Amino acid sequence: MSSSETTVDNGVNVEALLGAREALSGAPEAAQFTWRATNEWKRGTHSHSTVEKFFGLGEEQNRTKTFDFEADHPECFASEDLGATPVEIVLVGLASCLTAGVAAVAQHRDIQLRSVKATLEAGMDIAGILGIDADVRNGFDGIKVHYDIDADATPDEIKAVVAQSQKRSAVYDIVANPTNITVDVN
Amino acid sequence: MVSDRTVTTVIIGGGHAGLAMSRCLSERSIDHVVLERGEVANTWRTERWDSLRLLTPNWQSRLPGFGYDGDDPDGFRKMPETIDFISRYAEAISAPVQTHTKVTSVRRSDAGYDVATDQGDWQCRTVVLASGACAIASVPALAEGVPAHIAQVTPTEYRNPDQLADGGVMVVGVAATGAQLAQEIHLSGRPVTVSVGEHVRAPRSYRGRDIQWWMDRTGLMDERYDEIDDINRARRLPSFQLTGSDDKAMLDLNALTNIGVKLIGRIAGMNDGKAQFSGSLRNMTALADLKLGRLLDTIDEWASENDLDGAVDPAERFEPTQVEDNPPLGMDFANGEIKTILWATGFRPDHSWLDVPVFDHKGRVRHDGGIVDSPGMYMMGQQFLRRRKSSLIDGAGDDASDLSDHLAAYLAG
Repeated sequence: MSSSETTVDNGVNVEALLGAREALSGAPEAAQFTWRATNEWKRGTHSHSTVEKFFGLGEEQNRTKTFDFEADHPECFASEDLGATPVEIVLVGLASCLTAGVAAVAQHRDIQLRSVKATLEAGMDIAGILGIDADVRNGFDGIKVHYDIDADATPDEIKAVVAQSQKRSAVYDIVANPTNITVDVN
Repeated sequence: MVSDRTVTTVIIGGGHAGLAMSRCLSERSIDHVVLERGEVANTWRTERWDSLRLLTPNWQSRLPGFGYDGDDPDGFRKMPETIDFISRYAEAISAPVQTHTKVTSVRRSDAGYDVATDQGDWQCRTVVLASGACAIASVPALAEGVPAHIAQVTPTEYRNPDQLADGGVMVVGVAATGAQLAQEIHLSGRPVTVSVGEHVRAPRSYRGRDIQWWMDRTGLMDERYDEIDDINRARRLPSFQLTGSDDKAMLDLNALTNIGVKLIGRIAGMNDGKAQFSGSLRNMTALADLKLGRLLDTIDEWASENDLDGAVDPAERFEPTQVEDNPPLGMDFANGEIKTILWATGFRPDHSWLDVPVFDHKGRVRHDGGIVDSPGMYMMGQQFLRRRKSSLIDGAGDDASDLSDHLAAYLAG
């Protein structure tokens, strides 16, 4: 139980996370966060997104810098391929969230990670988005995530870390469960 | 009009927990009364389904000064036997129970607490909340969006399948209650779909012994609330998927699948009469399979360390939970397949009569191992109150002993 003091370091400050959980359990209003992004059309299917400020812990929070994202579609969609497609960015979001969770859960369980690699694959019948077949959904027909993990733990312990990461993942929840979306226009 | 009566301690609830506390207070010569809204063991009498049997074997109902004396220690009590057992305990310990007395409010007073009932009022220095962990069936808010032509039932209202319309039934939740009722309802000829969230898979028997025997012997049942990692999580954990039957069969999701019950993800939304289900089913079953594996590892290690390997059957592992490749993510209730939804989504205590500011922002009573955050107030019989076994009949004794010690010290000032 004492190995975390000496050897296990996945670069995750678990004490800070647990401290935050403790503090926020007693102050539910500080746990209310608002995440934001802006998106601006460039040309064709190309758009540019930025991520900067968010609200949390009761106040506006600034970042060290503004993050930029390009999105477009590949040439076979008669686009210019200036960025990943939005559905690929969803996969990136899911993978990044799960991997961050793997690191945090592993640290909490005193498991040293050496490498964590995720490969994602999502099938889609584009008859849905093209309006060819009303019975085909627009979105993915499923998402497959494969993890290759090298860590100081048994295979079942590693599986349990990945399962727990899914259970606590925001993006996993967003993708797996329905969410109300409100769009308004000026 | 009955005039005010004064007593040192009022125990609210005449079930096993309140009675165990009564016995411990009697031993310490603390005068008290047990207020019971109906008859002793009222919840078992009036709010449980006909086929329910205890999840713990007969031997494992050890109460202070009382225990099982029959000839089937490994059997599981049916409801009449459970009611009889608790009633005989009340008689055996001469518990001062005042039946048909419904508490309407508990307030702080200068001396301690004022307890108002429909049979007059009581004044006391200390009060013990023992009205049960499973008083109200919890139903998620999205139930409000369920179309009116679907009947909705909770486990406290359900008695037997004949009460339900013919046709399909969706059972939401697969802890012990959901799993048992899914099995019973499906076998009645009403096709059941179960909506599966987080659950705890457990075998009825393992290596020739009841799982409760292992939980008891390994000390897992005695694990204390202040010694485990995350007590909030432990208190929220669903009950083991177990049933107490004569054949001692395992009741896991595979057993349900084998009789034709369909598995579907956790119900996550209701929109326009259409239910939406989470895509997390596979992870829910993976979590439960891994957790079961860890429990069995713990048991096997303990058995080896205690030289039991020759005395019990060999170790075994259970098949992973089977989930179909593409479980449905939506269901249109207008298609008529589902006639009834049974919400087996947990229970919570009813403390609506407690007019003392001891509630957290989720409406739960703030307490430290049953010592409520209000001087002289105690609580019994809740999930992992002081120990893993706290909500079991078998757990009431140790908790009552600890808390009556604390109560006596409080009275002594």
